[in-house]
Amino acid sequence: MARVSLRELCGYRAGDKGDIANVALFADDDDTYALLCREVTAERVKAHFGPMVQGAVDRYEARNVLALNFVLHDALGGGGPRSLRSDNLGKTLGGALVRLEIDVPDDVARRRRPRPDVGWAEAIVRGALQRPN
Amino acid sequence: MPNAAGTVRLAGGQGFYGDTPAAVDALLAEGIDYLCLEALAELTLAILQKDRQRDETRGYTRDLPAYLARALPFVADGRTKVITNAGGINPPAAAHAAIDTAKRLGMSGLKIATVLGDDQLTRIDQLQASGEELGHLDTGAPFASFPGEPLLASAYLGARGIVDALEQGADVVITGRVADASLFLAPCVFEHGWKWDDWDRLAAGIVVGHLLECSGQSIGGNYTGDWWALPTPWELPYPIAEVGADGGAVISKPRGAGGRVSTDTLRHQLLYEVHDPRRYLAPDVVADFTSARFEDLTDDRVRVTSVRGKPATPTYKMLLAYHAGWSGEARVAFSWPDAFEKAKATAAIFLKRVEMAGHEVDEWCVEYWGVDALGGATVPGAGDCEPPECVLRVAWRCDDQRTAGLVGRELVPLTLSAPPAGMTGMGRGGGGGATELLGIWPTLVQKPAVDEHVRVTVQEVA
Repeated sequence: MARVSLRELCGYRAGDKGDIANVALFADDDDTYALLCREVTAERVKAHFGPMVQGAVDRYEARNVLALNFVLHDALGGGGPRSLRSDNLGKTLGGALVRLEIDVPDDVARRRRPRPDVGWAEAIVRGALQRPN
Repeated sequence: MPNAAGTVRLAGGQGFYGDTPAAVDALLAEGIDYLCLEALAELTLAILQKDRQRDETRGYTRDLPAYLARALPFVADGRTKVITNAGGINPPAAAHAAIDTAKRLGMSGLKIATVLGDDQLTRIDQLQASGEELGHLDTGAPFASFPGEPLLASAYLGARGIVDALEQGADVVITGRVADASLFLAPCVFEHGWKWDDWDRLAAGIVVGHLLECSGQSIGGNYTGDWWALPTPWELPYPIAEVGADGGAVISKPRGAGGRVSTDTLRHQLLYEVHDPRRYLAPDVVADFTSARFEDLTDDRVRVTSVRGKPATPTYKMLLAYHAGWSGEARVAFSWPDAFEKAKATAAIFLKRVEMAGHEVDEWCVEYWGVDALGGATVPGAGDCEPPECVLRVAWRCDDQRTAGLVGRELVPLTLSAPPAGMTGMGRGGGGGATELLGIWPTLVQKPAVDEHVRVTVQEVA
């Protein structure tokens, strides 16, 4: 067994409704999904977020798309139009969740989601910076 | 009438107030029966409420004319109809703007419909008198504890009013707070003649609507797969659905455009802003999102089938809002060495000076960008890290607008007269403005109490 962050194992998306945020995790295959179901419990997610989530955490399964959906109550500083946070809509809570590390079998531990290659972006920005009027 | 293939072609041309009208050109050129423009979010209703407070003729999303200027030539040709909730909290004013746009383009004969009845602001007392409790949906707080006066009370209507308008021959349908996905369900019901108790088909329409309502978010926007590899990401196309009479649908995008349609991009959207995916509560049906089957076809096409639904609940969701004070914010940046420590010290000095100035602040938010402003407690070792740079952001809430504006000024003198060295990054704006905060109060209301006030009117452009 080894410890791996969820970043290596799944995709994610976060959304908001009032003062409730939700974060969905998306596994790439059945084995990983089973692993997520076993390891990523509502209790662990609640503990992971600490004071960022003041209320309860509910977990729902959507096996058809290999997803777990976490509903985080009292999690947005009062809700979008009321919150003082820069992330008042909880858009970054997906990234915050995939920091969570779980114990996985060694073959899974070797898995790595690919890292972004943004060479095309660097080229565009470099080009713009080289051409002041 | 469905086309020769027996399908209705819908497009999600707008995902929020602030989206780009230019994106609808490719959809219109591709050939679509309905252009659905989803303009509202909780935050948008709050913005529109502030607009309407300043000017009674406002309260709708003011980019509607820009969208219609692009779409109306296709509407006039009979190729496309437009359905939108851009009416916000003032659909008659939005219809007025739509008629003006049509006239400006020299188009007469177009039928523009409005669906009214979602706005319950003037009926709160009546609703209570008739037994509606209006307690807070999430916290359970009773309406007796509602803070101040409601500024907004919009019920999330379903697809029925839009279907009614289409049956009356409307070319453009403008609504207020109709639930996002219902904008897309309505043309499916109208074209395919689905019955209001055909729960599986209604649920299929809601799944299609949910997949299309956030524009680029189903085509690779806000995506965590190999997002960097999507072609021409500066012109992400918006989604199209071909919906069959049985509720089966194929999701696609304009040919040749960038972006991607795959089961992976679509499942990201499927659970966006969803709680229990087995029970997605739409106004007209309870949809089971876990029943949907996705099948990748070729050429950025995904088939969605097998959606199951259950009978709708007896209530509509309704969103109320209340004034929650005024906020301001300020930012300053520090570089290595000791950037984080300097930021923390500056925050403390600023707070102290605000207190000494006698400004009353009801709530503070102190963030360290580059350390844990976004990740909070999930960032390991944030307490003793050594970032190369750090931005301090402080936000505050005050009871009155003037104080909220004054607080930020206490930061400016620290540029010279506070020990942390190298304070910069305040920007050229100078800040000092105050923003009104709105608290939102989601609740439920019995459908008949709302439905009896829903009105559909059709105006023909002279």
